[in-house]
Amino acid sequence: MRFTLITGRTVAQGDAMEKGKTEEEFMKACAIVELDPEDMEKLGVREGDTVRVKTSEGELVLWVRKAPGEQPGVAFIPLGPWANYLIGGDTEATGMPPYKVVDAEITPERGKVPSLEELLRLYTREEVR
Amino acid sequence: MRVTHRDVVCSFCGTLCDDIEVDVEDGRIAEVRHACRIGTTKFLSASRHEHRLLKPMVRENGRLKEVSLEEAVERAAEILAGARRPLLYGWSSTSCEAQSVGIELAEVLGGVIDNTSTVCHGPTTIAVHEAGFISCTLGEVKNRADLVIYWGANPMHAHPRHLSRYSIYPRGYFRERGHQDRTLVVVDVRRTDTARLAQKFVRVQPGRDYELISALRAVVNGRKLPTDEVAGVSREDIEELAEMMKSCSFGVLFFGMGLTQSPGRHRNIDNAICLVRDLNTHTKFVIMPMRGHYNVVGFSEVLSWQAGFPFAVDFSKGYAWYNPGETTANDVLQRGECDAMLVVASDPVSNFPKPSVENMLRMPIVAIDVHPTPTTMVADVVIPAAIAGIEVEGTAYRMDVVPLRLRKVVEPPEGVLSDVEVLQRILERVKEIKG
Amino acid sequence: MKLVLKNGYVYDPANGVNGEKMDIFIENGKIVEEVSGAKEIDCSGMLVMPGGVEIHSHIAGGKVNTARLMRPEDHLRNVAPRTSVTRSVCGYSTPSTFLTGYAYSKMGYTTAFTAALPPLMARHTHEELHDIPMLDKGALTVMGNNWLIMHYLSEGRIEHACAYAAWLLRATRGYAIKAVNPGGSEAWGWGRDVRSLDDRVPHFDITPREIIRGLMEINERLSLPHSVHLHPNNLGRVGNFTTTLETLELTRDVKPSRERQVLQLTHAQFHSYGGDSWRNFSSEAESIAKAVNSSDRLVLDMGQVVFGDTTTMTADGPMEYYLSSLTGLKWANKDIELETAPGVTPFVYSEKSPVSGVQWAIGLELALLVESPEKVMLTTDHPNGAPFFTYPKIIAWLMSAKSREEVLERLHRAAQKNTVLGSIDREYGWSEICWVTRTAQARSLGLESKGHLGVGADADVAVYRINPESTDPAREYEAVERAFSATALTVKGGEVVVRDGEVVKVVSGKTLYVDAGVGEELEREVLKDVDYYFKRFYTVNLANYPVQEVYLTSPEAVKVDSGVR
Repeated sequence: MRFTLITGRTVAQGDAMEKGKTEEEFMKACAIVELDPEDMEKLGVREGDTVRVKTSEGELVLWVRKAPGEQPGVAFIPLGPWANYLIGGDTEATGMPPYKVVDAEITPERGKVPSLEELLRLYTREEVR
Repeated sequence: MRVTHRDVVCSFCGTLCDDIEVDVEDGRIAEVRHACRIGTTKFLSASRHEHRLLKPMVRENGRLKEVSLEEAVERAAEILAGARRPLLYGWSSTSCEAQSVGIELAEVLGGVIDNTSTVCHGPTTIAVHEAGFISCTLGEVKNRADLVIYWGANPMHAHPRHLSRYSIYPRGYFRERGHQDRTLVVVDVRRTDTARLAQKFVRVQPGRDYELISALRAVVNGRKLPTDEVAGVSREDIEELAEMMKSCSFGVLFFGMGLTQSPGRHRNIDNAICLVRDLNTHTKFVIMPMRGHYNVVGFSEVLSWQAGFPFAVDFSKGYAWYNPGETTANDVLQRGECDAMLVVASDPVSNFPKPSVENMLRMPIVAIDVHPTPTTMVADVVIPAAIAGIEVEGTAYRMDVVPLRLRKVVEPPEGVLSDVEVLQRILERVKEIKG
Repeated sequence: MKLVLKNGYVYDPANGVNGEKMDIFIENGKIVEEVSGAKEIDCSGMLVMPGGVEIHSHIAGGKVNTARLMRPEDHLRNVAPRTSVTRSVCGYSTPSTFLTGYAYSKMGYTTAFTAALPPLMARHTHEELHDIPMLDKGALTVMGNNWLIMHYLSEGRIEHACAYAAWLLRATRGYAIKAVNPGGSEAWGWGRDVRSLDDRVPHFDITPREIIRGLMEINERLSLPHSVHLHPNNLGRVGNFTTTLETLELTRDVKPSRERQVLQLTHAQFHSYGGDSWRNFSSEAESIAKAVNSSDRLVLDMGQVVFGDTTTMTADGPMEYYLSSLTGLKWANKDIELETAPGVTPFVYSEKSPVSGVQWAIGLELALLVESPEKVMLTTDHPNGAPFFTYPKIIAWLMSAKSREEVLERLHRAAQKNTVLGSIDREYGWSEICWVTRTAQARSLGLESKGHLGVGADADVAVYRINPESTDPAREYEAVERAFSATALTVKGGEVVVRDGEVVKVVSGKTLYVDAGVGEELEREVLKDVDYYFKRFYTVNLANYPVQEVYLTSPEAVKVDSGVR
């Protein structure tokens, strides 16, 4: 299903970040995608299921969360390494990458959400401490 | 024995609350009062040394190995002084005093220095160059504002105490009944937690804020809209919002990443500033960016008064050169131009988009930070730092550019220096190497 | 550190020295009677004066930086890379802090006061002053729209107002009481302004007249070193000279507590306008000069305009809005809770414009029509009238009627028709130039060790490469301009910091501020009110408001025991 992806802050992400980004809480706060409840029904997913989120830049499996309010067609991923794995670099000569309003394809998928180490390995292709 | 520190300044976000109370017992933070959830965590985590970087490290054979501070500084200076085009990035989560040393370091190295505004309110700054800026300090909002608009910003999550300290709930001099004397409007692409508190919520289609702002300007300037809807918002709603804006006594438009990071970027802000300027022919109206990190503003202030420009400064010619799109961190990285990076109090491996991160991983990285982060996990030199606002004094600027002095309430962990001290040592060594 | 400056032609009018060939002896940063075993520098054939004193220039703080941020284009000018001695620099009307220090020092200035410090942002002002090298510094704290001042004055509680003003000076590490568009900048909080001395400030039971009178009374009761420093209402408006004259009248029954003026009319040029529309805009410098001539309680600084592109910045919010709506240029505004309302907008003074031409003439008329140079100070209200780099040009204009004629010939005829400048023959001599660029400033500010070269003065000296004996400044005005643009030598605190127009040593100056004491019990009472205001209306805690000493370079408190109880 086609979505418009935006990324941004949440209090949980901020809180977890201050506790330490290598902690599990950070992953639970960031490796998620918030969807409109009606869209979740259309997709056939429930809170806690996993989906594959794909943009022209990359793709990841993430947990689904219900959005706090209505946002039909909009998917929200909290700011962090998972979100940014899907974001491209074109700043259109402004310095600012396109963190918001990105075309995304979201499909239900039973899969494993990569941990921080696994995510970094996708970049480095090596073991990261 | 428990000691209570009052009037402590929280060093997390641009709200820069300065009414925090911190209880210290046996040299560790035991309790925090008045701070929001994130600020509280920041203070309490400081004393959890097991979650912090405590020893300098240098990467050898692919693994980070503990070394002495001298060795780490030496390696850092070698990497930076030996680079042709180093990038010095981060800065927003440390004090002005540290930022000042960083700027001199960039000048001596002939490198590029940039801070997190490059991925946050850089577009706002660019818009200000073109359109000017109509603003005030937050106390003006507290005392006078009867119309408060949050556009593309979600303070309930990013600036949790903003509404209670400044914009909606305080009983101001001219707004004695607090939120009963004010109207809250939220404009966003989704119904956020902040939107749920609003008297009026306007849902705009993603990427079409510019059009909505133009439509509002047209109505404010007495034109009739030719269509029934703009950007997913009905003509009635647009006209109602324009009327609310014209007829208030003091209106404020707070805005965030919803405008700076979506299509249009600085043009969205430019248009918003022009809208506020148009409104000033009818009533008193101001605009204010919701600045993220607690000292992102400080960096721009220090860089502006020392070097003339607010971010993204390239010193390779020996003097400051500024050209967003050319000298901004993500562009410099993606063009593959830089060959070394110094990251201070920031985590670009988490916060930069994929193509920038891929480029970062091709060069040596020196990281100065408090906690392990994805950036420190891939860095070649890691130097721990004390936390400004908890373990080190220093200056920070609030989102409305009010400067406050950060306090020290506990000692840093053994052997851990402040950012200022670490940077000074690196600067000294770099000066020696460069001759 | 011992130094002798030998054989120069010394001008030190405060001590009756007018071009005498003499030696200046320096030891430990002070001028001394004599010294032996000192390093000698030959100043034969050169002009020696005390170091320049800048009394009113917007060089540090919130709105100065807002201007820098808004005008990146300004930083493509005056660019220079880092050297082994100096940092890299840039900027013309909004120069970087390093450039500000180096450039003033190159012109022989050794002390500078930043014109308007907003209390809540005082820390910012001092952070920037900290990064201005080469100069001793101070700041003028704005109080003319301050809520507590207005409340105390409207309630007739003058002692409380005094105690609060003293506390505010100490908390902001300020040097003097500054007032900008009194009452008007508070009205701007609602998008309004005041137009006359008797307009009520919206929601406050007070008028500009009462604020100005009240501040003067506070100043004299506290016996502060400087007088009230006033930017009157209606700046820049056609016909505003009547407001200015009415304002100056207010000094008539104020008794000075020290041997000085009771009011400094700042950037007087902007307040000397006649006519009733831009079409018949004319100079009323004669009326203003007459008022200053007939009073022993008034001094003024010029606020001279120099043609070119510059940036206006003041704490007069409504005026800045008005100006930007005339030009359509970008405008920045930053109202500050309970205190003031700064604004910034670029401006171009054009030789072709009838208005700019008259403005240019007015500043010079004021300096030439006020009889005593002791009452006149050379400023451009940097950068409002022009950047301070233009001072040498202005010095040349004051010394040479011919140089003024040359300019007048190029200007729109309104400059001749609507002013009397063309008919003024007077030309300043070297001594008078010394008065208006340093000695008068030091006197006005009550700086006993500045602006002169008597024994005990600070060893701040400027040596200019021009021979006053053999140069006729009226004809050789280009040489005058060149000489004052770059010193042969600048000595700061007894150290040589500039040689032949280049900075050879970077030093950091001291920060001067006033610590005026009042009775303990009175202060306690006032602090209760201050505490209430912070809890209820400010958005910072009282404990975090005063500027900590760590921000000041070599702080020097000027202590005053006011006797206010």
